[in-house]
Amino acid sequence: MSTWIEQEGRDLKFPAYVWQAPVRVWHWVMALAMIVLWVTGYFIGSPLPSVPGEAIENYLMGYIRFAHFAAGYVFAIAFLGRVYWAIVGNKHAREIFLVPLSMLNPSWWRAFFRVVGHYVFIRPKNDWHYGHNQLAMAAMFFMYVLGSLFMIVTGFALYGEGLGMESWAFRWFSSWVLPLLGYSQAVHTWHHLCAWYLFWFTLVHLYFVIREDIVSGLTVVSSMISGWRDRKN
Amino acid sequence: MNDTFYDVLRRQGISRRSFLKFCSLTTASLGLSPTIAPQIAHALETKPRTPVIWIEGLECTCCSESFIRSAHPLAKDAVLSLLSLDYHMTLSAAAGEQLRENAHETMKKHKGNYILAVEGNPPLNEDGMYCIYYGKPFVEALKEYAKDAKAVVAWGSCASWGCVQAAKPNPTNAVPIDKVITDKPIIKVPGCPPIAEVMTAIVTYVLTFDRIPELDRQGRPKMFYSQRIHDKCYRRPHFDAGQFVEKFDDEGARAGYCLYKVGCKGPTTYNACSTTRWNEGVSFPIGSGHGCIGCSEDGFWDKGSFYDRLTSIPAFGVEANADKIGAIAAGVVGAAVVAHAAVTAIKSASEKK
Repeated sequence: MSTWIEQEGRDLKFPAYVWQAPVRVWHWVMALAMIVLWVTGYFIGSPLPSVPGEAIENYLMGYIRFAHFAAGYVFAIAFLGRVYWAIVGNKHAREIFLVPLSMLNPSWWRAFFRVVGHYVFIRPKNDWHYGHNQLAMAAMFFMYVLGSLFMIVTGFALYGEGLGMESWAFRWFSSWVLPLLGYSQAVHTWHHLCAWYLFWFTLVHLYFVIREDIVSGLTVVSSMISGWRDRKN
Repeated sequence: MNDTFYDVLRRQGISRRSFLKFCSLTTASLGLSPTIAPQIAHALETKPRTPVIWIEGLECTCCSESFIRSAHPLAKDAVLSLLSLDYHMTLSAAAGEQLRENAHETMKKHKGNYILAVEGNPPLNEDGMYCIYYGKPFVEALKEYAKDAKAVVAWGSCASWGCVQAAKPNPTNAVPIDKVITDKPIIKVPGCPPIAEVMTAIVTYVLTFDRIPELDRQGRPKMFYSQRIHDKCYRRPHFDAGQFVEKFDDEGARAGYCLYKVGCKGPTTYNACSTTRWNEGVSFPIGSGHGCIGCSEDGFWDKGSFYDRLTSIPAFGVEANADKIGAIAAGVVGAAVVAHAAVTAIKSASEKK
């Protein structure tokens, strides 16, 4: 039994194949869609200065909104595909979705506080894991998974408003989301707030990915490209 | 029984030919198939005029004011010919006890057959004492009149959602009428006030087909409330092009650009203003150069300024919108990341020594 301060996971076998191809493809497609969604979403909420000329010659807002809707579809379908892969893929493809179940296990919490201990500089070395550490997993679930789900649901609810009351999007999403969150304007406001929530998550995600890559002694950034996790020398 | 609509028209010297023309026009204006016109004619010839009891609670009478400005059909036709408006405090010639007896007689004679139109809403605090109706709380009158009604029409945002008297902190606890009347079909016709033609068209529909129009999940007639102001706005091409009014006195305002950036609530408001317009189709708020304030939306008084697109969120005593809060928090997160990175660097440097 190791002490609290010692590093765990030194006995893991590396190199290890962690992120399967569909997970990697999903990650980068989703990241790209997210960037498009943030930029276009920001300009839908706070449009650019007016363009000169006649209205008939311009379609700037139209194109921005089109890009937002198209990227939204890509984001949502990629999310569905990712959920499918969580079911059929390896156990690392599943871990970010199963956080609430993992939390029922006391040993999960023990590992969680070990990670927190490292990040508040009490434990000098972080434990090694094949996939996410427990804090990362929790952030993935509570910020990324739930945040994305909220964005997809509210996004299609707002999209359904434009398509009209007879549309599939209105029936499936707008019809219950609008009254639930306090009608159209409130849904817009929540959609904005949650976009920022995902932005905060992404800042933290980028920081920890780069930090772990430098400090932990394992490859992190390259693992989402090659799929392999290895020791660094 | 009351006269039919056709009887009244004939008495007023209107020919059968004109009557049939009216039926065709009504069919067209309701967006129905031409084959429905004979059905409308038949209904108006055979059905007794529907008695309507119109009561007013906590309100400003702007719904009645709007109603009497209806042009198609003219309000006088709606009131005197189309339906039998048996009780309306402001419009009736009689007053006081006499008028009240009228209402009670209608209630008895047409039990289960009259329409109750409610303008305003009941306050519930202090047992409803904030709105007194013939010496009793309005909420009691509302329940009494609704008991034997066939259907209830909620005129305006007050009766539909609560409107200004239900805005925070709502000291009188004014509630929309569907919180009090739970066993009758309620047609909500929100707006502050609702559009005159929408009001008379809904009355015409109910009379003609003897049923309430198709309603959405919030209880509003789909034919008038299924689209947003923004969807049918004549300035929409400027929105799609990316041409906006930045300030109310700028070049864009003079050119009639989209009012999105000065807080037009058209994209979040369900109403027919941009299609039917107001005052015989003369104009509507956006047509006059001002953004929509979203008066037909639930709780529109509590959604912040009329000139902001997003609801302001009271946080730590300062009002801010979602984007401001988002950017500030992103700055805080960014600073925390930099600080954490700095401590990490110092730690690892000192360990290497």
